[in-house]
This record gives sequence, C-alpha cells and structure tokens, in this order.
Amino acid sequence: MTPLAKLFRTTAIKLALIYLAALSLASGAVIVYLSQNTATVLREQIVETVDAEIVGLADRYRIAGIRGLVASVEARSRRPGASLYLVTDFAANQLVGNVEGLDERVLAGESGELQRVSYTPLGGGDKREALVRVFQLSGGFRLLVGRDLQEQQYFRSLLVEAMRFWLLVLAGLGLVTWIYVSRRVLKRIDAMAATGRRIMSGDLSERLPVEGTGDEFDRLAIGLNTMLERIEALMQGLKDVSDNIAHDLKTPLTRMRNRVEEALRQQDADAPARAALEATIEDCDTLIRTFDALLRIARVEAGSSDAVQETFDAGTLVAEVGELYAPVVEDQGGRLELDAGTGMTLCGNRELLVQALVNLIENALKYAQNPDDAGVRVALEGYRDGDTVVLAVRDFGTGIQDADKERVLHRFVRLEESRNAPGSGLGLSLVSAVARLHGGRLVLADAHPGLRAELRLPAGGASGKRGNGGDERDGRAGGRTGG
Amino acid sequence: MRILIVEDDTEAANYLAKALREAGHVVDHAADGETGYELASSAPYDVLVVDRMLPRRDGLSMISGLRADGNHTPVLVLSALGQVDDRVTGLRAGGDDYLPKPYAFSELLARVEALGRRPRQQDIDTSYTVGDLTLDRLTHTVTRSGRDIPLQPREFKLLEYLMQNAGQVVTRTMLLEHVWEYHFDPQTNVIDVHVSRLRAKIDKDFDRPLLHTVRGAGYTIRDTAR
Repeated sequence: MTPLAKLFRTTAIKLALIYLAALSLASGAVIVYLSQNTATVLREQIVETVDAEIVGLADRYRIAGIRGLVASVEARSRRPGASLYLVTDFAANQLVGNVEGLDERVLAGESGELQRVSYTPLGGGDKREALVRVFQLSGGFRLLVGRDLQEQQYFRSLLVEAMRFWLLVLAGLGLVTWIYVSRRVLKRIDAMAATGRRIMSGDLSERLPVEGTGDEFDRLAIGLNTMLERIEALMQGLKDVSDNIAHDLKTPLTRMRNRVEEALRQQDADAPARAALEATIEDCDTLIRTFDALLRIARVEAGSSDAVQETFDAGTLVAEVGELYAPVVEDQGGRLELDAGTGMTLCGNRELLVQALVNLIENALKYAQNPDDAGVRVALEGYRDGDTVVLAVRDFGTGIQDADKERVLHRFVRLEESRNAPGSGLGLSLVSAVARLHGGRLVLADAHPGLRAELRLPAGGASGKRGNGGDERDGRAGGRTGG
Repeated sequence: MRILIVEDDTEAANYLAKALREAGHVVDHAADGETGYELASSAPYDVLVVDRMLPRRDGLSMISGLRADGNHTPVLVLSALGQVDDRVTGLRAGGDDYLPKPYAFSELLARVEALGRRPRQQDIDTSYTVGDLTLDRLTHTVTRSGRDIPLQPREFKLLEYLMQNAGQVVTRTMLLEHVWEYHFDPQTNVIDVHVSRLRAKIDKDFDRPLLHTVRGAGYTIRDTAR
C-alpha cells in the first residue's frame, strides 16, 4: 500500500469527514435560520413603517387635502433613505413621488395589498426591488408607500458570503487536522506495528514505544508492554521448564537405559529375558524420541534467535534428501520421483529443513500405498514460484479429508487410519513449525490421488521475515499425523 | 585407551566408567568442571567425555579453557539439551563430537573409540585395505580380490568411512553424520538400506563377508579370517 493510500484508509480521515459534514450542516442550519429570521424581522419592520406612513399621510390628506398631501410627500421624497412614495390622480397621472417605471397594474389593484415590485428610482438608475402598499384615497387619488429592499438583499448576500467563507475555513481546518492527526497517529501505529512484527519473529524482549505524553497511545502501549512482559516471563519459564525437563527427565532415562543395557550385556545370547530387555530399550528410545521431538518443536516455535542460519541451494538439498531416500522407497517396491530445480537459494537452518523434508517423506511412505497400485510412489519436487521456493512431497495414497487437514497439524493428533502405524503424531507439527520459523508455511493440498505437502518458503532468506508467514490454517493448509 | 569422564551425576558416571572399563579402557572420573579441567591438564588422556551442565565450571567453558591452553585431546560432549543449536555451540566451543542424552552405551563407545583411535595420519592415507578389499582414495576405485567394484559416489563415501574406522563399530547416526552430514533422527531404516546395498556390492559374490552388522549398535568392517 502506498503511504497516500494508507493515509486515506485511516480512521482519522473518516472521523475528519464526519466532523466536517456535521459542522457544515450545523453552520448551514444556523445561517439559514439567521437569514430567515432576519428577513422576517426586516419585513415586519418594513410593513410597520409603511403602514404608519400610510396612516400619517392619509390623515394629512384628510386634513389638508391633496395639496397638503403632495407637499408632505414631496418633502419626504427628498429625504435620503429607502422609502418610496408616489401619489397619482384618478387618471393614474403621477402627481408627486420618487418612483418611476412601475407596472400599471401595481396601482390599479385594490388598496391594502402588500406587493413586491420592481421600480426605477426617480432620476434614473438600475431597476430595484421594493415592497409597497397602495392606499386608495377619496377623490380617486392613490397613495403608494414602500420601502426599497436593496438593504435587505445586501444583508442576505452578506450572510451567504459569510457562510461560504466559513465553509471554506471549515474544510481547510478539517484537512489540516486530518493530515496532522493521521500523520501523527499513523507514525505511532506504524512504529507499534513494526515492533509487533519484531516481537512475533521471536524477539520477545522488544517493547512498544511509550512517548510519555500519557495519551491513549501511551496507555495502549503501556498495557501491551505489561502483557508482553508477562508473555516473555511465561515463555522464559516454558523454555526453562523444557530445558529442565530435558535435563531432569533425561538423566533418569539415561540411567534406566544404561541399567537395561548393562543387564542385557550380562545375559546369554539366548536368555529369555533378552527379548524383554530389548523391548524395554526400544520403549525407552521411543519415549526419548517423542520427548526430543516435543522439545524441538517448542524450540522452533519459540523462534529462538540463536538458531543457526546459513545460505544454501534448495535444489541440492532436495536432490540429496532424494538420493538418501530413493533406495528406501525402492526397497518397498516403489519409486521416488525426483524433480529438483536449480538456482533456488534459501537462507535458514539447513538441518531443520532436512528434518522437515525427511518427516514429509517418511509420512508419505507410510501413507503412500495406492489402493489401485501395488507399488509405492513418492514424488519429491523443488521449484521456484516467484519469490517462493516450494519443496513439495507428494504421495499417491488416499490423501487427507479436508476436515482433518487443520486438525492433523496439532501435536499428537493421528488420524484413525494411522493408529496402528508407528509414530508419535508430532512429525507434521515440526514441519509446520520449521516452515514458520523460515517465514513460510506448510500447505497440504489434494493431489487426486494422494496428498501434496508443500513447504512454501521465501526465496533468498528468512532473515527479518522470520515468523511472519505462519498462517498455515488458511483452509487449504492443515496436517497429517507426524512420524 | 585412557578416558576421563567429567560428569556430575555419580550414578551415570559410575555406570559409564564401569562399562568403559569392561570394554578395556582406563577410566578416570571428575565430578565437576574445575576438577575435570585440572585432571585433563595434568595427565595425558586419549579422550575426554564431558557433560555440558556441570557444577563449578560448565562443560563448554572447561573445553574452551583446555583448547586455549593448547590441549587438543579429543572431546565428546554429552548434553541433555540435545537440540540442533546445542550441538553447534558444543562443537564451536571445541568439542569434537556431540552426543545427546540419553544415549545408548554402544553409541557412546563407538564414538569414543572413533575419537581416540583417529590418528591424524590416517587422514592422509591414500588407500585403505581390509582383507582383500582395497579402497583407493586418489583414484576413487574399490577392488576386491583384484576385481573392480564400481560404486556410486555416496556408496564410496560410506565404504571410505567404514574402512577408515575398520575393526571398530560405527553406529547408524555416525554414518548419517559423516557420510551424509545430516544430524537428524530417521525413523525408517534409511541407513540400513544403504548399507545393505553396499554390502550387496562388496560381499555378495565373495566367500567371506567383510561388512558385519553389530547387533544393537551398528556396523563394522573387518576381516574375520585374521
């Protein structure tokens, strides 16, 4: 993912967008409310003023007649302001006023109606908007009083302008906040994720960074660090226990085996106790082997960082293991098909990988019996698939049910059909652990017929990637019982 | 052979000493690393058998100490840890061979004898002979009673190792380690299969077998007529 795409997928941008939308809506509502209210108030004011003037001027007409009215209107018309006046006679001739260009219908209507009209101020100019009321005077005279709306319109446009500006400011602020927050948050999250990866690769001594600001990330980091400390203590304990078990239980096992061996040496070659003693030694060895396998899996899974790393050619490794096992397969009346590519460099623990391949081959040998075919067939392949080196062992036996593929990876799990075969049920657990140690995974696939076990390992080396690819439970993967 | 056992487990040490004496060796015992170091420094031993976990001074530090003093007595390291890493650290510290506990005595005996009787000059021997079987390391040819026996490279290596240790028992794990350079525990009879193939080539058409199976231990190549 590119850094930009990463930035866009953050929670921060979602939050920023939500806040931006909410704020815009709220401020929009406030502005609309404000302008609506202002318009109403202004309109009411206009109506009041107009009505008051009409009342005053009508009184004036009644008292002083048309002459008095004209004088009054003339005087008021000259005052600067937004008020409009017009007096007409019965023939709609303009007697006095400061309005021109009115529609004739405005004056023709019944009196009392509040009308919105466009007009031209006396002496020319642009068309303007006004609210006017026409009042019928006795004698056919009409009096028009109104108020220019430009002020109101100006006020409204001011509000709209302010709102636009405010929205821009909001958007800008949102953007800045988002960039700041997401950069800061991303930086810390990335740092945490990187530490997490290092921890997963086996370095349990790593800790998440704490900045000391006491913010939520610090609290999270502190909490996780406490957890890590506990895990590290537990893992250390486990390792100690493993080592101690290895030492403490193997020492008496050694003695036991020694005593039996000694007793065996003192028996005559055909003494009846011999068989029992030999069987005891065999059982001892089985116990020891199971024990060793368990300890080895634990060690590999812990991803001990002191595991030997070397660079080698996987093709040679496959060829060598194939050469070692070909006679074994042939002795069972079968054949081992070897197909190893070249130029596949792996970096890792060669011995563990050999052990993993051997486990897979021995597994295949146990289950390779093809029901239709008397012979045993095992195919051993090594090839490169992009950045992945695939080491595959395929048999032509009955395969593994999908339902069992995952289960069989667990320690000591053995499938029903293999109960009677020798083995501890640990072989595949070890293979899977080895794959993960190398940053790869073990994939168990159906080969129709048979099982195809693939060790998929990153080419070139596992250093730095160790322990990351361990998702072997992806449906396809799973395991069979071990050797 | 004169062997020094450095092992803190008295019973295991006693058993080991007894069994080695029965096999005809002279055995001394030290119960901790410091005593072991002093003994090994003061007397010439053919082989040291050293446990890794020891009181007072651990086995590896004892070996490094001896090596730093210029003492190159072959050392077989014993350890209950038995992991790949442990073997490597054991060998890096100056051990010559490594055996995880618990071990079969036959395995230990075979390894101790291989270590103790490994004269340096044998490495430059150009040919080995057992009875009428001859292996030439320079021409990579094997002949028996004057007849050429063609061998695969790995079979040649297998025979070479067996003949290098002629008369001594060589265990299956020793073969796996030296001929294939693998250190794992095969569950199948993989080594037996290879040995029996070799045997079919060098013994089958001849009156006297040279390659013998030692029950419960491994294989040995020797001329029984001698």
